[in-house]
Amino acid sequence: MSLVLIVLLPFLGSLCAAFLPSNARNAEAWLALGCALACTLLTVQLYPTIAAGGVVDIVLPWLAQAGLDFHLRMDGFAWLFTLLVSLMGALVVIYARYYLSPADPVPRFFSFLLAFMGSMLGIVLSGNLIQLVVFWELTSFSSFMLIAYWYHRVDARHGARMALTMTAAGGFCLLAGVIMLGTMAGSYDLERVLAAGDIVRAHPWYPAMLGLLLLGALTKSAQFPFHFWLPHAMAAPTPVSAYLHSATMVKAGVFLLARLWPVLAGTDLWFALVCGAGLASLLIGAAAALFQRDMKGVLAYSTVSHLGLITLLLGMNSRLALVAAVFHMLNHATFKATLFMAAGIVDHETGTRDLRPLSGLARAMPITATVATVAAAAMAGVPLLNGFLSKEMFFAETMFAGEGPLLRLGLPAIATLAGAFSVAYSLRLIHQVFFGPPAGHLPRTPHEPTRWMLLPSLLLVAACLLVGIFPARTIGPLLALGVQAILGVATPAYSLVVWHGFTVPFVMSLLAFAGGISLYLLRYFLGQRATGQAPLRAPLDGRRAFDIAIVALHRIAERMVRFASSRRLQPQLFTIVCVAFAVGAIPIVARGLTRGAAPPTPVDPAYVLIWFVGCACAIGAAVQAKFHRLAALILLGGAGLYTAFTFAWFSAPDLALTQIAVEVVTLVLLLLGLRWLPRRVEIDDPDRRTRVARIRRARDLVVAVVIGAGLAALSFAMLTRSPVPGIARFFLEHALPDGGGHNVVNVILVDFRGFDTLGEITVVSIVAVTVYALLRRFRPAPESMALPRAQREAAAATELRDFDPQAPLPRGDLMVPAVLVRLLLPMAGLVAVYLLLRGHDAPGGGFVGGLVMATALITQYMVGGAMWVEWRMRVHPQYWVALGLTAAGGAGMLAWVAGRPFLTSLGADITLPMIGSVHAASVLLFDVGVYLVVIGATSLMLIALAHQSFRTPREPFARDRAEG
Amino acid sequence: MEVLFALAIGVLAGSGVWLLLRPRTFQVIVGLGLLSYAVNLFIFGMGRLTIGRAPIVVAEQGIDAALHADPVPQALVLTAIVIGFATTALLLVVLLAARGLTGTDHVDGRESR
Repeated sequence: MSLVLIVLLPFLGSLCAAFLPSNARNAEAWLALGCALACTLLTVQLYPTIAAGGVVDIVLPWLAQAGLDFHLRMDGFAWLFTLLVSLMGALVVIYARYYLSPADPVPRFFSFLLAFMGSMLGIVLSGNLIQLVVFWELTSFSSFMLIAYWYHRVDARHGARMALTMTAAGGFCLLAGVIMLGTMAGSYDLERVLAAGDIVRAHPWYPAMLGLLLLGALTKSAQFPFHFWLPHAMAAPTPVSAYLHSATMVKAGVFLLARLWPVLAGTDLWFALVCGAGLASLLIGAAAALFQRDMKGVLAYSTVSHLGLITLLLGMNSRLALVAAVFHMLNHATFKATLFMAAGIVDHETGTRDLRPLSGLARAMPITATVATVAAAAMAGVPLLNGFLSKEMFFAETMFAGEGPLLRLGLPAIATLAGAFSVAYSLRLIHQVFFGPPAGHLPRTPHEPTRWMLLPSLLLVAACLLVGIFPARTIGPLLALGVQAILGVATPAYSLVVWHGFTVPFVMSLLAFAGGISLYLLRYFLGQRATGQAPLRAPLDGRRAFDIAIVALHRIAERMVRFASSRRLQPQLFTIVCVAFAVGAIPIVARGLTRGAAPPTPVDPAYVLIWFVGCACAIGAAVQAKFHRLAALILLGGAGLYTAFTFAWFSAPDLALTQIAVEVVTLVLLLLGLRWLPRRVEIDDPDRRTRVARIRRARDLVVAVVIGAGLAALSFAMLTRSPVPGIARFFLEHALPDGGGHNVVNVILVDFRGFDTLGEITVVSIVAVTVYALLRRFRPAPESMALPRAQREAAAATELRDFDPQAPLPRGDLMVPAVLVRLLLPMAGLVAVYLLLRGHDAPGGGFVGGLVMATALITQYMVGGAMWVEWRMRVHPQYWVALGLTAAGGAGMLAWVAGRPFLTSLGADITLPMIGSVHAASVLLFDVGVYLVVIGATSLMLIALAHQSFRTPREPFARDRAEG
Repeated sequence: MEVLFALAIGVLAGSGVWLLLRPRTFQVIVGLGLLSYAVNLFIFGMGRLTIGRAPIVVAEQGIDAALHADPVPQALVLTAIVIGFATTALLLVVLLAARGLTGTDHVDGRESR
């Protein structure tokens, strides 16, 4: 349980932090500190269990079939890292409270910092590899948000993008690698993977899997050749650099390598890849650090170098080297975080981090200077400090790692050289900033920061000293815990003492000191040629390669988009139509299409006549749609009537009713739209004249004919086959006994497949509201603003503009129809309700009833005019939609009252006075809901469209259009 | 009858596709209407053509699936008809808004060269 809390608390804190006011600096800091300390305490409280060699485990089953469970697992190694992450978190929070200026919006900072902490703890505690990758990506994301914290700065945005691109691309490779590893090991569960080392290493996929995993780990840990994102990530606020980009997140890569060390390590490939990357990063990072101008730049490159050292140790295939690697992860976190904090303090108090103007700060800020000096000494590996111990272990390991004289001599030599670089840049950092003559022109007068800002770095430096002087008593047990968790019984013997005697590693250390000091002196006296660039930078410039790659990627993508897509609708539709045809045609071509054996239905001459009219209407609509819209609309209605008639002829009365009702409302809808379309006259049409246009029309005609013929052939082949016994029998047999209705189609709609219908009426409601919303912002084109000619003439004749709401009938030509329509409304209502109520047993139902009612309503508008109707009767279609959805949903939920699943139909026979026994069923309520939604949605759309007649164009807009 | 029914689907679909590929918004709307008739008839045809056997069961006759048309395609098509109307309305409004904003009724929002 405490494991879940450890991961969950920071995320909860992050959520709370996001909603605090933007100037609540203290509240935010207390909240974040509380979360971090709670995690620390929870971790410490688990120490007895872990120290006894136990593993704390919690599994929340999720997708067990796919091998995915939420699995948190804490062994010694995970415990060590959990402690590191939460403790560092607490220190960084204290530091950040004083680092951020009052103008910075704190909720964003602490929210993402806590989210990062939770994700990092998630990585460390994951007992499932896929879950680990998820948390891994979350750290990349929070790192992105934190680097871009000051998003008004170009370098912050650029650095954040680069970091995200690199680490997320790496994370993607990692996911691929982890899936391969899980497949090879037979499980994603960490314990089972760890036990499958021999199988994995002998597997033919091993090289590919290792490559992918390393891509993930090396990008995250900023290792060569992916190291260049880390220096650019220094645009982040310094607490972020201290926490994410030195102490924890960049350690995730080496953490994973150490975690999977028992499975992956031990092969030559591992040695070559991991050692190669580590060695290159160690040297390149150290050399580049020497030439930086920015304090944080020096620290960033030195981080690359030290992470390279850890990677190198992990790659050596030696258990002692693994011990040294784990030890150095902890040491590096302490001294590097201290140095970052010191750099932040210098930046905060003087206003600059540039090494050139800075000088002699030790006088103004003695405590900071002392702290930074001790931490830098630890980084350089001075005896009696923690860095010295792990460095000695590293030197010792380099002597035994390689085979052959080249590696046997070369590796120690390179290690010593890197050590010398390390001494030189540490010396340069401290000497330049804190010693020498007092600085001349600094943006601010330097002075010591508040005590609270110093506290975190003081604590960390104390840790450096304590570990450096009493290693066995302080870090010894913890390190043993971590190492034993990885290596188990195979843990080698190692000794943590300060003085091993006058050994070869000690000589190497002395050489490194001498070399480092002379390097620095050489550089110092050769002049301040700090160009900010290391020599040999150009050929190894990852950043330029990155930029070029990104630009090239954009260009290729653009070209592909231009090649493969079009902004024009016609080519898109043409492609869709052709592809759909091809997909349909492939199986027909492969298998052939034959006439079925079922006996044909006898032909009826009456149907032939109607068929002929219907087809003529369809073709006529296609021909007329361009220049004679009203004619096309009438012909479309003719085709629709033919469809309705066909439904009626072939035993589908419900469909026929619905189709006719929909036909009416569609006609009204399109009629309302016609007014807003521009006039189009047949003579003088540019579309027809050019040769290209003629070819295009011929092509489209061929496509249309081919598709029509193909569909006809397919339909014919299908219709002449005997029906396959499907689910029809079930519905027919169960409709009456189980659904209580004679009309099977209606029973399917409101009962068997009620959930589908609920979804469908929801879609209809959403569409209606969308139409309404779109029309609120509708601006007609100016040339269609004038009243149509018929209305103008009518207005002139009857003074329609002097609208008289009191008149019993609307004035105008339509007085007689107006009387009839007013009489029609109650009768139509009666018919609609009749259709609704009988729907369960006879053709009818909510859909048809609703459409009939909506038609009656809309007829009032058409004949009486919107103003006249609304003066008399407030129509609120949106209420009807809401009421209908509530009724349908409520009918479904009624089943819950009876303890049955959602939408189970319930029924009871009720005896009413005067009427007698009535069968009341929840499906009727459901159908009433459908009915109301259909009335509401249909009239909402049509009325909204009708209201557009009252629009006037916005003045400036109309003027623009008129001029343009 | 099967031949006529299949030919009607072909004619409706062909006219619909032709209009779908035209440049004016009104043509596309009418085309979609015709195409939806064709598709609805096609789906309905999956239940085969039966005359005088509506899927309305009567208890006295006894329940025999062979006496009735297939109700499943009918139920599918019924909701499709209503949804088809709703989407036509949405498309119409979008196209009207586009016409108001761009000043043309070309489907691309501007006249082709």
